[in-house]
Amino acid sequence: MKKHIISVLVENKSGVLSRIAALFAARGFNIDSLAVGETEDPKISRMTIVSEGEENVLEQVVKQLRRLIDVISVSDYTKKGLDYVGRELVLVKVDAPPSKRSEIIEIVDIFRAKTVDVSINTLSIEITGTDSKIQAFLDLMHNFKVREIVRTGKIAIVRENQSSGKKESKNE
Amino acid sequence: MKMTGAKAIVESLKREGVDTIFGIPGGQVLPLFDALYDAPFRFILTGHEQGAAHMADGYARATGKVGVCIATSGPGATNLVTGIATAYMDSAPMVALTGQVTRKMIGNDAFQEAPITEITKAITKHNFLVQDARELPEIIKSAFYIASSGRPGPVLIDLPKDVQTEEIEFKYPEKLNLNYKPVLKGHIGQIKKACELIHTAKRPVLYIGGGVIISGASELVYKLAEKIKTPVTMTLLGLGGFPSSHPLSLDMLGMHGTRYANYAVMEADLIIAIGARFDDRVTGKIDSFAPHAKVIHIDIDPTSISKSIDVDVPIVGDAKEVLKDLIANVKAPDTADWLKKINGWKKKYPLTYTKDNKLRPQYVIEEICDLTKNKAIITTEVGQNQMWAAQFYKYSLPRTFLSSGGLGTMGYGFPAAIGAKMGCPDKIVFDIAGDGSIQMNIQELITAVAYKVPVKVAILNNCYLGMVRQWQELFYKRRYSASDLKRNPDFVKIAEAYGALGIRVDKKKDVRSALQKAIKSPLPVFIDFVIEREENVSPIVPPGEALDQMIGGMA
Ligand SMILES: Cc1ncc(C[n+]2csc(CCOP(=O)(O)OP(=O)(O)O)c2C)c(N)n1
Ligand SMILES: [Mg+2]
Repeated sequence: MKKHIISVLVENKSGVLSRIAALFAARGFNIDSLAVGETEDPKISRMTIVSEGEENVLEQVVKQLRRLIDVISVSDYTKKGLDYVGRELVLVKVDAPPSKRSEIIEIVDIFRAKTVDVSINTLSIEITGTDSKIQAFLDLMHNFKVREIVRTGKIAIVRENQSSGKKESKNE
Repeated sequence: MKMTGAKAIVESLKREGVDTIFGIPGGQVLPLFDALYDAPFRFILTGHEQGAAHMADGYARATGKVGVCIATSGPGATNLVTGIATAYMDSAPMVALTGQVTRKMIGNDAFQEAPITEITKAITKHNFLVQDARELPEIIKSAFYIASSGRPGPVLIDLPKDVQTEEIEFKYPEKLNLNYKPVLKGHIGQIKKACELIHTAKRPVLYIGGGVIISGASELVYKLAEKIKTPVTMTLLGLGGFPSSHPLSLDMLGMHGTRYANYAVMEADLIIAIGARFDDRVTGKIDSFAPHAKVIHIDIDPTSISKSIDVDVPIVGDAKEVLKDLIANVKAPDTADWLKKINGWKKKYPLTYTKDNKLRPQYVIEEICDLTKNKAIITTEVGQNQMWAAQFYKYSLPRTFLSSGGLGTMGYGFPAAIGAKMGCPDKIVFDIAGDGSIQMNIQELITAVAYKVPVKVAILNNCYLGMVRQWQELFYKRRYSASDLKRNPDFVKIAEAYGALGIRVDKKKDVRSALQKAIKSPLPVFIDFVIEREENVSPIVPPGEALDQMIGGMA
């Protein structure tokens, strides 16, 4: 089963998030990640949802999302085969005793990640990037003692040459 | 104009053309009830909020208008839940108003607080928790529009008490700013593709559901059926969408459908589905449903299409709009051989039952049908009574068969009958009930009596939860676990205690005169028909079997 990136434009109102989450939950779908934020229009929010499930059931969920009154448009980037730029930001807190510290910093540099906090025993690192870059980085970090990982969930933007002129609409 | 939120609600309801409201007051809706005190609506105080919701539903299904009910916060609101879910499953337009604790108290487990917008999210088309009294007019206008347009459904508006008392400047919006815009016109390219399939079909079947009735498309279905000489089968909620007496009618299909409808579907090479959703009670074993058929599916709700079966030509749109275009473009296929075959089945396997001197439920329904000339509004409870009412009353008009098809709610029929009678006072309204189901909202007798709503309830009293017993007989070795109702109360006395008329009939020969007496009476009437206890609904497609694997009904 493939992971799907589903982008949903919604009215920026209370209660919308739980309606959307409930539709996924009702079909027993786990939401891998969910990122919500205001768009260029403050009355509208965009939710970027990553989920996996049977194709036809996912298609049904997308249709049901479109049926919600507060939903403006839904687009399954994966299903449409759209070329998009996908990014996620991750914060990692890792044990960094003096003996390991320089090794960790070297990896941080190679990945163009950033150290955002330093204490006697730990380093906190910020990394953004694609799934594979983040996965590779986290794999390396697991050679040390990871204390905490915090992820934003993936967001994505469609490359311009494809989306230009085409407006996303609710009933396509 | 300056006014309180409560007055603004009443003013908005007036603008929406509301004439009847069902409900029960309580602490958190007192300001609204105060405003209703001199409002120009009929307010119907019910015995239970579930009754109010079903009455609003029955009123809506019988008239096509939006039904309105009101309950207080907490238990009042939760008592509406079954009624809302029932309306949701069958796409009945309803607006439910609930009181809520003051905005500051929400989330504090205040007295009589329940998070009703959370509770009803999955069983409403939409709901609102009003946070600002100034939004009331826009929210109420939206609620009525959402409830009644597209695929209709219930909308709930939760009204914190202090929103009802806040002063606002009232202005009713002319237009709504909603993203929600249902597609009405069908795609003409798809309609032409559908026409091509129809032209080459040899064994087409029209399969129509509740959407035809909601859309007001029955006359167009009639035209289409005659134009393309294609037989019509109906779902439970589609009954009345095409006259049962028409030679092209196959009556109901599915689990308790006719043999001829189910055979036709299984042999069809084209299914034209209109406003129906291929429910599992209709399709039987899904993989073997209509194995030879291509499928055209017309529905206003895209989520209904290709949900359970693959569709060859989907057409999203309002049945009425799509049918207009379809009829204009379609030419008749040659169906002469097919109709001959179908008429053979109709002759060989008519719907029937044992005709002897015993008091059988099917006979009671045939007599009701005869006395009301196929034109009464029939509501049903759930169970065998519901299936017999679907099989043996021959419906001729849309909006005359009201039944909880999707949710299967026992206790629906009686309050729905009261609501329907209020909306259509010139119609004879019968609830065809079971002895189990009637006890689930029997308290609404007081509502029927108090407001002089002369609905007639035909209790098909088998002293069983009959449908449960039938399944136990067929599939659980006659182990009648918790389905015997010999403990039943005296329904005649109950009716009389409330001030209604009660009649008991235990002989076949007394059925007709009792029905005549009931119809003539100005009172609500309970008729306790003491029927053959172990009569079964037949035919039946056993669960998980294909439609042509019916048991019974071989005449
Ligand atoms: C609220 C509710 N509870 C339980 C059921 C399950 N159920 C379906 S039919 C039935 C028996 C109905 O008995 P009765 O009203 O006497 O009708 P009969 O089948 O005997 O005609 C039951 C319990 C239901 N449909 N609805
Ligand atoms: Mg019974």
